[in-house]
Amino acid sequence: MNAKGRVFRYYDNVDTDVIIPARYLNTSSAAELASHCMEDIDRDFVSKVHKGDIIVAGANFGCGSSREHAPLAIKESGISCVIAKTFARIFYRNAINIGLAILECPQASEKIQAGDEVEIDFSTGLIRDLTLNLEFRAEPFPPFMQALISKGGLINYLKEEEGK
Amino acid sequence: MGMTSTEKILASAAGLDEVHAGQLIMAKLSLVLGNDITSPVAIEEFKKFSLDRVFDKDKVALVPDHFAPNKDIKAAQQCKCMRTFAHDMDITNYFEVGQMGVEHALLPEKGLVTAGDVVIGADSHTCTYGALGAFSTGVGSTDMAAGMATGKAWFKVPSAIKFNLTGSFRPFVSGKDLILHIIGMIGVDGALYKTMEFAGPGVASLSMDDRFTVCNMAIEAGGKNGIFPVDEKTIAYLKEAGAGEPRIFTSDEDAVYERVYDIDLGQIESTVSFPHLPENTHTVSQCPEIRIDQVVIGSCTNGRLSDLEAAAAILKGRHIASGLRCLIIPATQKIYRDAMKEGLFDIFLDAGCVISTPTCGPCLGGYMGILAEGERCVSTTNRNFVGRMGHVKSEVYLASPAVAAASAVMGKIADPAKLD
Repeated sequence: MNAKGRVFRYYDNVDTDVIIPARYLNTSSAAELASHCMEDIDRDFVSKVHKGDIIVAGANFGCGSSREHAPLAIKESGISCVIAKTFARIFYRNAINIGLAILECPQASEKIQAGDEVEIDFSTGLIRDLTLNLEFRAEPFPPFMQALISKGGLINYLKEEEGK
Repeated sequence: MGMTSTEKILASAAGLDEVHAGQLIMAKLSLVLGNDITSPVAIEEFKKFSLDRVFDKDKVALVPDHFAPNKDIKAAQQCKCMRTFAHDMDITNYFEVGQMGVEHALLPEKGLVTAGDVVIGADSHTCTYGALGAFSTGVGSTDMAAGMATGKAWFKVPSAIKFNLTGSFRPFVSGKDLILHIIGMIGVDGALYKTMEFAGPGVASLSMDDRFTVCNMAIEAGGKNGIFPVDEKTIAYLKEAGAGEPRIFTSDEDAVYERVYDIDLGQIESTVSFPHLPENTHTVSQCPEIRIDQVVIGSCTNGRLSDLEAAAAILKGRHIASGLRCLIIPATQKIYRDAMKEGLFDIFLDAGCVISTPTCGPCLGGYMGILAEGERCVSTTNRNFVGRMGHVKSEVYLASPAVAAASAVMGKIADPAKLD
């Protein structure tokens, strides 16, 4: 599994209130949520994002509320992966549970710039910045989480376990 | 190797003799919680299991509190979705408007959580119940759905940071000042993925309401859970609430902590978090003059009876500043009634405040008290992110009920100890 796209660059402590403001949480429609994704810190995100694009951020990405609407909005907007130095724990869980690819990689988080073209090989954790001609290696997921992701999220994983 | 109280609770729930930080476990759940924002997403996921019942109808709690009483048509649809599900699944602990309250004040009050429990809630402030010696943590809607279906959740056992408390608070200082001080000290990711364990002789001096407030904001330091030891005050609280028999897990002497902080409660000052992160703390005595437009006193952090009493003690015989709005939001119906019986409502009304039915509304910029461009609010809530309470160019300053009330009187951030 691979991803390739242009980078939207954000910094530390991107909270779930700016990913999807609570004023839009009166719906759980992914398309409607995506139409407001990131608008409180980046008015242009929604108009500029293309399928496959990548978010690169600093520490503690997704801090704040437990709203699963945040990773849902990002996924629905077309983002193929979020790379950050660290993720807030509920966001991390939610992203895995709904099948939004996320990678922790402090070096990539530090070097990759807005607009760079980046390619990711999820099987090896290799991140290539094609614009800067740099390579980074992300922390692999523990086997349990790899199983969750490969089954397409928590619900499918549990249904399969139940069937065993 | 010794275990922390959190490790012991998780080991027990996973049916293991011992667990340690980093271990992945599957734990049995004592309670699964959702609200009107997170439950509709969870209900859609739950349907994928094709089940006609939840794992235990007494162990799911559904509370319409965020956008309820319904703020608009879409919110009404979401509340209806949850209400229908609660009815179809015969959920015991569904709390309709009229019985409901802000979930993290309501569940302990109703005796739904006891010491030793493992609780997940699709709300980040589910960590509040650590005040009762339970392991409780916030999750997303998919985890909530899986919890309702299976009665289990996976966890990575967290490592721990200990806060060794000594002494007692000075007048006008409270649990809110303590937790804001800690977040200022360690940062909004200072406890990322970790347990924040509060211990030491100073614990005895903290009221249960203070402990709820402290654990409530563990998530604001990135924590997985906050937890207090169980003492006489905890037992008395649980008994009065009619909670289940407490199972008391005590941290071993040789339990492993990544860091230990010693905090003298007597040195904590009234503290305010400036926009736009809870870690941007200043003591009130250091605050420059900051004029404000609104004050909110309420929420799962500070909407309990002692919070309203602290605010009323300041507002008694005083009036809020001209041109300012002050919203008082008792967190549950019981708190509402108790505050009314104690005569606090007269004090608030005489001071020019408005009193609302329980709701999370303003805390997350949902409704009731939304801020316009350039407006500033001192709030006893828990987050001051960009746009949290309204316009993207509005500002939220987090503070205790005493500081919020003093600020309402002065029309600017003010020290309750220095009012005339």
